[in-house]
Amino acid sequence: MRGEQTVAIKGVQDGLLVTISPTEEWSVLTTELSAKIDQQASFYSGARVTLDAGERPVPKDQLMGLKALLERRGIILWAVSTESQTTIDAAIALDLRTSNVTAQPSARAETYDDGVASTFSNVDEDGTTGIMIRRTLRSGRIVRSQGHVVVFGDVNPGAEIIAGGDVIVWGRLSGNVHAGANGDENAVVCALDMIPTQLRIAGHITTSPDEKRRKPRPETAFIRDHRIVVDQWK
Amino acid sequence: MGAKVVTVTSGKGGVGKTTTTANLGVALARMDKKVVVIDADIGLRNLDVVMGLENRIVYDLVDVIEGRCKLRQAMIKHKQFPELYLIPAAQTRDKSAVSPSDMIQLTDQLRNEFDFILIDSPAGIERGFRNAVAAADEVLIVTNPEVSAVRDADRIIGLLEAENKGPGQLILNRVKSDMVKKGEMLSADDVTDILAIRLIGIVPEDEGVIPASNSGNPVTLNENSRAGAAFRDIARRLMGENIPLVPVEENGGFLKRLSRLFAGSSNGS
Repeated sequence: MRGEQTVAIKGVQDGLLVTISPTEEWSVLTTELSAKIDQQASFYSGARVTLDAGERPVPKDQLMGLKALLERRGIILWAVSTESQTTIDAAIALDLRTSNVTAQPSARAETYDDGVASTFSNVDEDGTTGIMIRRTLRSGRIVRSQGHVVVFGDVNPGAEIIAGGDVIVWGRLSGNVHAGANGDENAVVCALDMIPTQLRIAGHITTSPDEKRRKPRPETAFIRDHRIVVDQWK
Repeated sequence: MGAKVVTVTSGKGGVGKTTTTANLGVALARMDKKVVVIDADIGLRNLDVVMGLENRIVYDLVDVIEGRCKLRQAMIKHKQFPELYLIPAAQTRDKSAVSPSDMIQLTDQLRNEFDFILIDSPAGIERGFRNAVAAADEVLIVTNPEVSAVRDADRIIGLLEAENKGPGQLILNRVKSDMVKKGEMLSADDVTDILAIRLIGIVPEDEGVIPASNSGNPVTLNENSRAGAAFRDIARRLMGENIPLVPVEENGGFLKRLSRLFAGSSNGS
């Protein structure tokens, strides 16, 4: 084992790279991988994974099991990097991309943490990266992403989302939100119920009007004529 | 089986954690449960005062943890209920005198002998909070129908979820039905709408609570107190009984119940 980890997960340009030991028992690998992901389930959820299997031959049934294991956790296995023909065949059979590992570990594009500052550098966006959060963000939670942020739940007062791209909340948005945080004026914010404490898009800022007894309705916020406009989400 | 460890916490201070812990302890003991209440608010102890046991303290929680006394020696028997014990907090130390694993060890020693172990948490989200929830099987979050208290409760629920202790159950304390009716106070629905967790009890504002706490006789010992009745209902829900939640506003006052009675009889005639 050369003193290596049996399973390693690292962030790369286009998602996550999962490297597995060439010799360890398959069941040990999958157990360890599940445990690692479950420790930070919401962080990994929505990620796209490239599996680096090295020279390990991974038959189709094992690869299928791994794909299902990841999918149950909201993670998409989309590519396999391998030197083994068995693994290549399995990947092709499952319609996965195969490649040699060329991806270099990059600065982690996303953090999902309790206010810990992230590496918020200007990396190029391909327009599709983002994170999906399948839970309600409660007060004190801060989500930062270079890409888009999708929340399947509410964003409560006191919670905050800062996204380089768009923010979509499938629930009630009552916390703080900043879309297009790197200056993208085309970014939008959508929510099923839009009552943010503060809403920012690029360099613009607005608050929700004080209205009582309002009826929740899906709305979208965007910039028009240098102002933030909120309109019905159609 | 063993005891169920229930931690009472809130985030915000002054919402009624200690009052709730004392009342639930007494209410459970009244129903012949073996109960130990632990004051985890080290440095600011007051559960002993509310329970009327201050003058019996010899050893405290930190003495047990640091091995200066046996666990039994720090357990103070209640005056009225022989199966209710208090482990008081130390007054002279701070939260760092105890670790989360100390709390787990301590409760594990008690689990076999008791039905319920109630832990009164300090306010805040730091070490003291983590000590208090470390051993919890069940967490009760006390809040008031105020925006700031609800915000802190939301934060606490988030932290509990992160520690796999969540989401916990909610106690809405100090509800004034007339203010709710006038729209001046958040209603139970408003609060659960934001927090989205199970409500285990609604405790009405009751002027009897403060004098009861001051005299060391938790209000639930008073049969006529509405807050006391609410705490007894919560205790029974903790025991697994299915008691419907009565919204405070429908409970009404004596006159209202009387008028409803008359309205009912005139309809019937």
